[in-house]
Amino acid sequence: MAREISYRDALREALREEMDRDERVFLMGEDIGAYGGSYVVTNGFLEEYGRKRVRDTPISELGIVGAAVGAAMGGLRPIIELMTINFSLLAIDQIVNHAAKLHYMFAGTITAPVVIRTASGWGQLGPTHSQTFEGWFAHVPGLRVVMPATPRDAKGFLKTATRGNDPVMFIEHSLLYRNRGEVEEPDDGDLLLPLEGAEVRREGTDVTLVSWSRGYYLAMGAAEELAKEGISAEVIDMRVLRPLDIATVVESVKKTNHLVTVEESWRSLGVGAEIAAAVQEEAFDYLDAPIARVGSLEIPVPYARNLERLIFPDRDKVVEAAKGVLARNLVPAG
Amino acid sequence: MAKTLVMPQMGYDMDAGTLLRWLKQEGEQVERGEPIAEIETDKVNLEIESFDSGIVRKHLVTEGQTVPVGEGIAIIGTADEAIDVPASNGSEPKPAAAPAPPPASAQEAPAESPVAAAVSQQPAQSPSTNQVDQVVERAPGERVRASPLVRRLAAEHGIDLSRVAGTGPGGRIIKVDVMPLIGQPQPQAVPSAPAAPAAQPAPAQAPAPAAQAQPQPVAPGMPEYETRELSRIRKTIARRMSESFQQAPHIYISMAIEMTKALELREQINAQVEQPQQVSINDLIIKAAALALRKFPMLNAAYAGDEVRVFKRIDINNAIALEGGLISPFIPDADHKPLGAIAAMMKDLAKRAREGGLTPEEFQGGTFTISNLGMYGVDSFQAVINPPQAAILAVGAVQKEPVFVDGQFKPVDRMLVNMAADHRVTDGAEVARFLVELKRLLETPMLLLVS
Repeated sequence: MAREISYRDALREALREEMDRDERVFLMGEDIGAYGGSYVVTNGFLEEYGRKRVRDTPISELGIVGAAVGAAMGGLRPIIELMTINFSLLAIDQIVNHAAKLHYMFAGTITAPVVIRTASGWGQLGPTHSQTFEGWFAHVPGLRVVMPATPRDAKGFLKTATRGNDPVMFIEHSLLYRNRGEVEEPDDGDLLLPLEGAEVRREGTDVTLVSWSRGYYLAMGAAEELAKEGISAEVIDMRVLRPLDIATVVESVKKTNHLVTVEESWRSLGVGAEIAAAVQEEAFDYLDAPIARVGSLEIPVPYARNLERLIFPDRDKVVEAAKGVLARNLVPAG
Repeated sequence: MAKTLVMPQMGYDMDAGTLLRWLKQEGEQVERGEPIAEIETDKVNLEIESFDSGIVRKHLVTEGQTVPVGEGIAIIGTADEAIDVPASNGSEPKPAAAPAPPPASAQEAPAESPVAAAVSQQPAQSPSTNQVDQVVERAPGERVRASPLVRRLAAEHGIDLSRVAGTGPGGRIIKVDVMPLIGQPQPQAVPSAPAAPAAQPAPAQAPAPAAQAQPQPVAPGMPEYETRELSRIRKTIARRMSESFQQAPHIYISMAIEMTKALELREQINAQVEQPQQVSINDLIIKAAALALRKFPMLNAAYAGDEVRVFKRIDINNAIALEGGLISPFIPDADHKPLGAIAAMMKDLAKRAREGGLTPEEFQGGTFTISNLGMYGVDSFQAVINPPQAAILAVGAVQKEPVFVDGQFKPVDRMLVNMAADHRVTDGAEVARFLVELKRLLETPMLLLVS
């Protein structure tokens, strides 16, 4: 049985279900308790679960992650919130040098199962608060990096992340919290989705559009536009950026022979670049055109709304890139 | 239908070649014009190109094996067709020194029109097979641009991409261009690619006629044009001159030579001898250059990778202008030939060059080239080295010039020469010393009669 709920409610359900299930699960972060969370995900949780399990912290990202890593090593199941991914930079030593490596450095005798929820996204937040850093974390062995686009994935991933033994960067998107989508309730009660695997969300034959998080919706919109011109686009939601499911992309490219990656981040040295490199390694003989990458302009994000809109990818830029790889931009349509 | 790639003749005196290395293995796809193997001749190591596109079905010789010119070395065909492997082609290595008798195929059929074959030291206008001619005639820049997918499909379905027009960026052959060809027995060209009449303004995406260079969009602001296919001789000149100018760093040094005494000597000789032994100024220059080269062997040489080949004979090529091209037959052993013999030989070569009656042995080879535009009144010019030679002498007209001598002007017959030399082989000072010697010989022309 499935219901249509928002991305935010999907997260709330996951948190609540896991906190109800396991008393070792607790929340920690800036403004998550009394204020209810910057993106209102944990609104009411303080009243419901109390200060011991819903902990407001000072503005101290390094301390938050460090404390969570210690708690996780000690046997607890922390789910912490870094207000936005921009502030994860302050905690990057704890994430990269501690959470990601403890399991390896202590020969598997110690794990740090900490779930770091954070929000990517933009919307007149200015240069320092509008960045998209998933590639930084997807670069690091020892982390799992998930970036759900749909309410179903948001719920299913968060529940699985809470139960697993790997540190997980759980990257939400500020512009997706209101998105609604179907979330099923399995007969056995728990929606647990493996933290790996891309999904083909729309089948097509001419070009593969690959994205994740909000970029996935740009790709879907582009696919609808392309369909009007008789171009059949296949859309893949990567969902998880580490480990990266290249096999699904390769299988699609073998069918469509054309690939466009879409991301809100800068293209240089990014996730799209990694996908393009991996695909040419495994499907070179199936490529009919260079792989195109759509990303944002390589400048800091401006505050002004009109300028901000210019630098991020949108549906039309994806359409244009798809036509480019199909060499359809060289001839008049029709 | 499978075709046999033969050991090409890469020089007028080459009768066998050693296969150094296969660049395409059995089962690999090869495109027309793509390097397929590296061979060693007595002069140079070089890559040879495939005359056809297809799958390398069978290597007929192994690496290190030496075979006569004209003998089959590989079979190229489609992936699944039946091929005949000649039984005579054993894999036992043959001694490199043994100049095997040319096989029948190389003996028959004299060269086609030498004019078409063109230009000295032309690698292998193989007299026997049309395929090898295509290898030789392939101009630079004709590489087939195709997507990886298209190359795979072409290999699987035996499509000759050299005949397919590309509609992708920059003329790249993409999937849509080959899909209609899959399953067709003998692909000729893209069905959707009619050869547009040349005079019509070409739409940017108009496909080029098959087998031509890939279409380029007409640059905005450029007038209409008609397309003229390059003649074989022009293609050869284009390829060899580009190769020379791109690969050999040219240095240019010029020298003024007073020709008064040379003109007097010429008059004296011609008053005494009959045709065809009457000498021209050019004949004097040939003789003088040949004698000067004796003292500067590095200018009678060829650059060859890690070594320089210093030739033991001085064979002087002379550039002869033809309709739409030029050809450079040579005077072998020019330093040892009397002036009268040089004169007679040049007259004969020039006459037959213009009539198209030269044999390949007369223009495939040579060790040093002279290009003389004096008859047009040209003061001086610079020439492009005739590869693989190390130098070329560009000769201007003999002209009366006032020269300041002993406090006053004196009219002298003066000629400007300009030498282009391959800086990988030699240096400016050596070229300068050569020119000083050339000047000494021409300004003391009796010396041309005593050696």
